[in-house]
Formats: sequence, structure tokens, C-alpha cells
Amino acid sequence: MSEPRQLSYRDALREAIAEALVRDPRVFLMGEDVGAYGGCYAVSRGLLAEFGPERIRDTPLSESAFVGAGIGAALGGLRPIVEIMTVNFSLLALDQIVNNAATLLHMSGGQLSIPLVIRMTTGAGRQLAAQHSHSLEGWFAHVPGLRIVAPATLEDARGMLWTALEDPDPVLIFEHNQLYNLRGSLPADAGAVDIDRAAIRRAGSHVTLVSYGGTLHKSLAAADQLAAEGIDAEVIDLRTLRPLDADTVLRSVARTRRAVIVDEGWRSGSLSAEIAARIQEEIFYELEAPVARVCSQEVPMPYARQLEAAALPQAEGIVAAARRTVGTHA
Amino acid sequence: MTDLDAAAAGALLREMLRIRRFEEKCAELYAQEKIRGFLHLYVGEEAVAAGVCAALEPDDAVIATYREHGHALARGVPATAILAEMYGKLEGCCRGRGGSMHLFDASRRFYGGNAIVGGGLPIAVGLALADRLQGRPRVSACFFGEGAVAEGEFHESMNLAALWRLPVVFCCENNLYAMGTALARSESQLDLCVKAASYGMPAWPVDGMDAPAVAAAARSACLAARAGGGPVFLELRTYRFRAHSMFDPELYRDKAEVERWKERDPIEALDRRLRAAGALDDAGRRSLEDACAEEIAGAVAFAEAGTLEPVEELTRFVTSERRPA
Repeated sequence: MSEPRQLSYRDALREAIAEALVRDPRVFLMGEDVGAYGGCYAVSRGLLAEFGPERIRDTPLSESAFVGAGIGAALGGLRPIVEIMTVNFSLLALDQIVNNAATLLHMSGGQLSIPLVIRMTTGAGRQLAAQHSHSLEGWFAHVPGLRIVAPATLEDARGMLWTALEDPDPVLIFEHNQLYNLRGSLPADAGAVDIDRAAIRRAGSHVTLVSYGGTLHKSLAAADQLAAEGIDAEVIDLRTLRPLDADTVLRSVARTRRAVIVDEGWRSGSLSAEIAARIQEEIFYELEAPVARVCSQEVPMPYARQLEAAALPQAEGIVAAARRTVGTHA
Repeated sequence: MTDLDAAAAGALLREMLRIRRFEEKCAELYAQEKIRGFLHLYVGEEAVAAGVCAALEPDDAVIATYREHGHALARGVPATAILAEMYGKLEGCCRGRGGSMHLFDASRRFYGGNAIVGGGLPIAVGLALADRLQGRPRVSACFFGEGAVAEGEFHESMNLAALWRLPVVFCCENNLYAMGTALARSESQLDLCVKAASYGMPAWPVDGMDAPAVAAAARSACLAARAGGGPVFLELRTYRFRAHSMFDPELYRDKAEVERWKERDPIEALDRRLRAAGALDDAGRRSLEDACAEEIAGAVAFAEAGTLEPVEELTRFVTSERRPA
């Protein structure tokens, strides 16, 4: 067995890209400043020198054209990884993602598959204000034809990309900006992981906290605080937002009988609303308390530190929500 | 006209007639409610698809718009499969999931069928990138209307293709109206070639009512793109004889203007030239017409006899049926 080593989430993503480039000559990376600059969040730093400008391809600031070019390249037999700097910029490429990537297989009666991977940064917490901080992955998770994943751990940052590249359909990977500096250890031989199932990151029996991406770590912190109060919280990491692994969520909530959904998206029309609805459709009579939600406040994300913090789900809010679900009928 | 030219021109005439008669049949079938949804006919513009497709190799890619029956036919997609698609039948080229605006045929590298104006251009760039990176001497022919030049995707794609010197032949079908909006009412620069040339690619205007001229221009464009010279832009000046779609009362253009353009009908123009060269007579034309009528009657019978996909299969092809374990 090889020794585990210390690295960051960012390093894990970079290793995954480098491994894919080595393993499959059809793979290439393109996006704004992925080459000479090294990536807006330094994920691709060093890759240009190693793989050259044909495979680490800087693009103009033309989100629609380079995402569409990714679709065309996938149709033409390549395995593109397209990086979009941040989810807010992906709105400039919505036409290609929603009208083409998500529809071509279906409109063509199964003839055209699009093995395309799009990576993008999501989420707030860096005081980047209202055009670089939103969590719009829930919008994309609304669209049939797309697979949406959100790696929240080093293992998933290292392992989801290869599986996504092997998928015959478009996969969007959402990387929460607060995770890039997350450090931890991985085995030297860490590799591909599934992109189908949610994971239980902490087992518990009193309440289920449902989270993904950036909210996983806040939920784990909340679970620690709850433990000190004698409340045993189970923490689920959804990992894949579309298709949802509802079974894992429903089985957990059927056991704990209480659920708190933690979603950095806005509450109205959110992924959290979808999960709450599914719980109530499927296991309403198992519940001991109303399903609770902790979401972002419904404001464009503000710049000022205290306002941004107040707009986001925080461990304290998760603890309070969990306590209410338990307190109601404990 | 040499014998060789006459043979090539005869083939263009045949292709244009197939498209014209096919479109006329579609209008009839629409009136009978056999075809539903939006239906955009290519009548008047046949020389463009026939001419460009004559210059392509089987391995080249074609990306078209929602007015693409002509491109599909000229690319070799069978009339039977196209018509069955419009009937919404399982035997259609997309199992009835696309309809008139979304025809696809992977086996002929016919990538549709895009009903978002400008939406096909980035895909053409990507197909050409794949060819370049894999060392295949292919071109991607991308059709779009002049309305698309107002879209950001047009400018982004022109720039990207030129920057990376990709083998795309941009075929701008300038029929003067984006639905009902005349070019002069929507563009500050009316010379479309100037726009393309500003990205550093060769750009030529072509008489889009002259099929042999279109074919010659497309051959030159393909030759240049295939040889690694980067993209080429062709402005194919043409005209739509019929309404934009079946719901268009044509309030935005003068009937006299339509009649003037009809005098330049690409089919009758080529017919006259072939006759003048002694390469066509009444019997020859009749035999072309008979062949079209027979093919179209066969397509109608095929579509009528087609079956409907069971609704139990509704959710197929949203994601691929085979994924790696």
C-alpha cells in the first residue's frame, strides 16, 4: 500500500485533469486563462508547460462559443473539459448548455451523444459580491439531459472527473470556491469514484442534515456542535444533484424521522425545495417534524463581510434548525 | 458549357427540383394537418444547399438551421426519413422527436436542425477543432441566415474559428429578412463580408440564385479550409419566395419585390442555361420531374405507413442508455 499524502482540493482537481490528459489523448482542457495564467483559481497551474497549448487551450472571453465548441468537439470524437471561471459567467453560455448539450441526444432520437465535461466555480464566501458568488447549480439541476455533480471532498475532487469524462452525456462539475484550499490526505493511488450516489459523511440517529458542496463542511461543523448537546445528526453529501440519489436521502430520513436541508442557493424554487417535496411525497408519515431548510437569504450576494456572512447558511443556523426539528417532538 | 459542366449543372438542377417539389408537398401536407408545429420552407433558396453540398465530401460535417429540409435532402438524408420525421413517426430520422426544425443524421454527419438563430455556429467550430486536433482533412459547412450576424454567437464563433485557423466554411444565407426584419432595419453595416473580413478570414459574396456559381465558390472555400488556411465566409445572396413559416401573413415586404425575385428563380435560370447549351430539352425536364414525383410519392407513402413510438418510450434518450459500469 502506498502512503497517504497531504494535498489540497485544488491539487486534487489538478491531479485529476493531468491524469485524464495522460490516460486519454482525446482529452483537452479549454477555457479563459486556463493556460498562461494557470487558471483563475490556479487549478490548472503548470499544466500548459506539461501538456502544451493544443491541450491546455486558452480561449477568448466568449463563453457561448467555447462551450459550444466543446459540444462540437465532443460530437467530433474528443473528450473536452471546458472550464468556466464562475457560475455567473455560465449564464453567457446558457444557450449552448440548455438548448444544445442537454437536448441533442433526445432531439436526434438517440443518435448524438455529447461526452462533454464542464467545470465551474460556484458559491460565495470571498466577498466577491453579486456577479461572482451565486449558487446556480440548482438551475442546471432542473434540466433533463444534464448530469450535475458537486465534489465536496478531496476524494471526489480527485475522482469525479475521470468518471464524468467516461460518461456519454454532458456532466457539469460545480466546485465551491471555499473548498479550493481545503487540505487533507489521499492515498497515493486515489482514483475514479462513482457519480451516482449520495454519501453519508457522518452517521447519526436523531436528524438528517442534507448538504452538498460548500454546505457539507458547515453541516459537519453543525453536527459537532449538536453532538455536544446530545443531538446525534446524520450528514448526507448529495454529491450528484441530477439525477438525485433520493433513495439515500429517503432511507436516512425514514430512520431519523427529521430532516434539515442545507442549500447555498436561494430558497424559492431551489434544490432544497425539490428535496423537501420528495421527502414529503414519499415518507410523509415517517416524519416527526416538518422538514426544515437553511438556505441563502434572498438577496443578490453583498460585498461587505458581515452582510455576506449573514446572507449565507452558517453552522449556527443549521444547529438552530436541527434543534427545532428535534425539540418539536423529541 | 462543356459536357462535364453540363453533367454537374444537370445534377444541381435535379437536386434543386427535388427540394422544390418536396417543399411544395410539405406545404400541402401542412394544410392537411399531416405535418404540425413550425414549418419553414426553402423555396427560392435551393441553389444554396444544392451548390454547397455538391462541394462536400462524405466525411465533412454539415450544420444547418431550422429551415433545413433542403440541406438534409442535398446531404443525402432520405426523403422518406425526413418526411416520416415531420409526421412524427418512429421511422423518421429522429424517431419523431425533432420534427421539421430538428433533422439529424449522424451517419451522414448532418448535425441539424438548430432552431436557435446562431446556435449552430459554435458547434461547427468545435467539430472543426476535433478534426484539426485529430489530423483529419475535413471541413465543417455551417449554414445560417443573415439574421444570425446580429447574434453574439456569430461574432464569438467567427473570432474563434479564425484565431485557431479552423476548417469551417461559414455559409451565410442572406435572404434579406430575419423572419420579418429587413437587414437594413437591424444592421448598421449592411455588407456582411466586411464583418467576416474583420476577423481576418476570406469572405466572398456569391449569387445565391446561381447554383453552379454557389458550387464553384463552395469548392474554392472547401479547398482553402481543407488545406489549413482557416475558415472562409460565403455570403450567399438569395431570397425566400414563400412566407417565413406557415403562420406568416407577409406584412413586411412588398409583393412586387417577391415577384421580381421570382424572375430569378434558380431552377428556371439553370433550366434555361442548360437548354441554351443543348444539354436539356422538354423530355429531359419531364423525366427529372417524374423522378421527383416518384420519390416524393414514395416518401409520403412511407410516412403514412410509419408507426408511432409508444408513449412508454417517452423518457428514452434523455440520457444515454449505455453508461460505463
